[in-house]
Amino acid sequence: MQKSLHIDPEKCTGCLQCEMACSYENEGIFNPSKSRIKVFTFHDEGRFVPYTCTQCDEAWCMQACPVDAIVLNFVTGAKDILNDRCVGCKVCTIACPFGTVNYNTATGKVIKCDLCGGDPKCAEACPTSAITYIDANATGLERMRMWAAKTDTQVSTHA
Amino acid sequence: MNYVIIGTGPAGVVAAETLRQREPTSAITLIGDEPELPYSRMAIPYHLIGDIAEEGTHLRKAPAHFERERIQHIQRHVTNIQANTHQLTLDDGSQLSFDRLLIATGSRAVRPPLPGMDLTGVTNCWTLADARRIIAKANAGDEVILMGAGFIGCIILEALAKRGVKLTVVEMENRMVPRMMDEQSGGLLKRWCEQQGVRVLTSTKVKSVSIAGEKLAVELDGQPAMQVDLLICATGVKPNIELAKGWLQTGHGILVNRRLQTSHPDIFAAGDVAEGRDFSTGDYSVQAIQPTAVEHGFIAATNMSGGNYLHQGSINMNVLDTMGLISASFGLWQGVENGESATLNDPEHYRYINLQFKGDRLVGANTLGMTQHIGALRGLIQNRTRLGKWKAHLMDNPSRFMEAYLQQRVA
Repeated sequence: MQKSLHIDPEKCTGCLQCEMACSYENEGIFNPSKSRIKVFTFHDEGRFVPYTCTQCDEAWCMQACPVDAIVLNFVTGAKDILNDRCVGCKVCTIACPFGTVNYNTATGKVIKCDLCGGDPKCAEACPTSAITYIDANATGLERMRMWAAKTDTQVSTHA
Repeated sequence: MNYVIIGTGPAGVVAAETLRQREPTSAITLIGDEPELPYSRMAIPYHLIGDIAEEGTHLRKAPAHFERERIQHIQRHVTNIQANTHQLTLDDGSQLSFDRLLIATGSRAVRPPLPGMDLTGVTNCWTLADARRIIAKANAGDEVILMGAGFIGCIILEALAKRGVKLTVVEMENRMVPRMMDEQSGGLLKRWCEQQGVRVLTSTKVKSVSIAGEKLAVELDGQPAMQVDLLICATGVKPNIELAKGWLQTGHGILVNRRLQTSHPDIFAAGDVAEGRDFSTGDYSVQAIQPTAVEHGFIAATNMSGGNYLHQGSINMNVLDTMGLISASFGLWQGVENGESATLNDPEHYRYINLQFKGDRLVGANTLGMTQHIGALRGLIQNRTRLGKWKAHLMDNPSRFMEAYLQQRVA
């Protein structure tokens, strides 16, 4: 059963444990600016919104990559970046309409969520279960996908 | 079905793969006139820097990818298409027949009509063969003129600087990347390059090039003449429409409808050579960018094989790395009539963002020095998101675009 990240902003307290866990797991440092998950703060409403890649079906990043450096991980369903192929051209960072692929100036490559290979540290670190990693069809994945589909510019009537 | 695709860039390759996915038994032939495996021009700057070998530019990395997909790859130039008999002629005189044809011949680098532009010391920076010439001739201590500070000129600046050449950039317009960045950000880019030790002459024209012993003598308009080892011409590209001229409808590129079909029902066009629909304007134009080529290739192939996929239009967008300073443009970054715009300019830190609105919708953007979440600008434009109260927030501080993007989700 494929799993996906389920994010419930209502439960988020803005503690940033997820950002710390993500940057430590993936970059080896506790530095929220290197995190692939980002908590946005809406001061006026007193709300926090954790946000990262939904591993969308359209895979705009993967389609746009000119050097075959973003591939589908058949086990996790994530779209993984292969660092040895990525040249750092950044086309994926403008192609992703969700803004979840970012350029890392320190490495000259792009970074995005890869679900930590199936064991996402953000979910593990979240003390309030605002981020959970659960069966894809039991989550808001459909809702997230619907939301993702709103950005599809194309009318498809596949034959 | 017998499908033939002319052109081995991203549009042609994605089309071939899409056709194979949809039609396991059809014959698919991919014809390109370069003696290379299909590669990406986007990757050439990173090859010039030395980050990747030539293989690193290849569009597909799996060994024998095209054989495995049963896509026949022919390395020949197509000289002629005979639409009435559904045949085409290759440069060795052989004939090939097709049921449906895709023209994805891309574009080529052009040189301005000036004396001496055909000399051997002058090269473009467009193909892998050009890259080999530059690698051979642009090395430590060599004097190099880069003519044109457009997208290609800017993106190879870092490679040239890292190769240790003495570099002068000559741009006839008054700023860098005039077709992608506005005046303020283009000016910032110039200052940035100068600070990195690159000489940038804007509003300057090359008048002529001639041989001076081992070197090239370059006459400049309003500047002292120079003697250089290499002149790289990056003054623009134009669509390869010759095969279509005179019998298919053409403008700047080959005209296509929303199905990417040309004026001949069995012939489609995609990528840099096609005047496809622009998402922002609804008009048809040549965009010549990678994501558009990929969209075109997919849509054309779907429709060639019996689908009916209407192209809603591609968003014109670009991202550029000029010696480490990253700039991006989206949609109608030059603004619209009766539109509004918001700017945040921090020249000290080389940070700049300009947003263009029509009513309470974002229609275009320019950014400089920003690398985080910039794709959301595409999202906002493409969703035609009603910004509501966030319009005012963005007018105050345009760098809050990611929050504006998320508000539709938490609202």
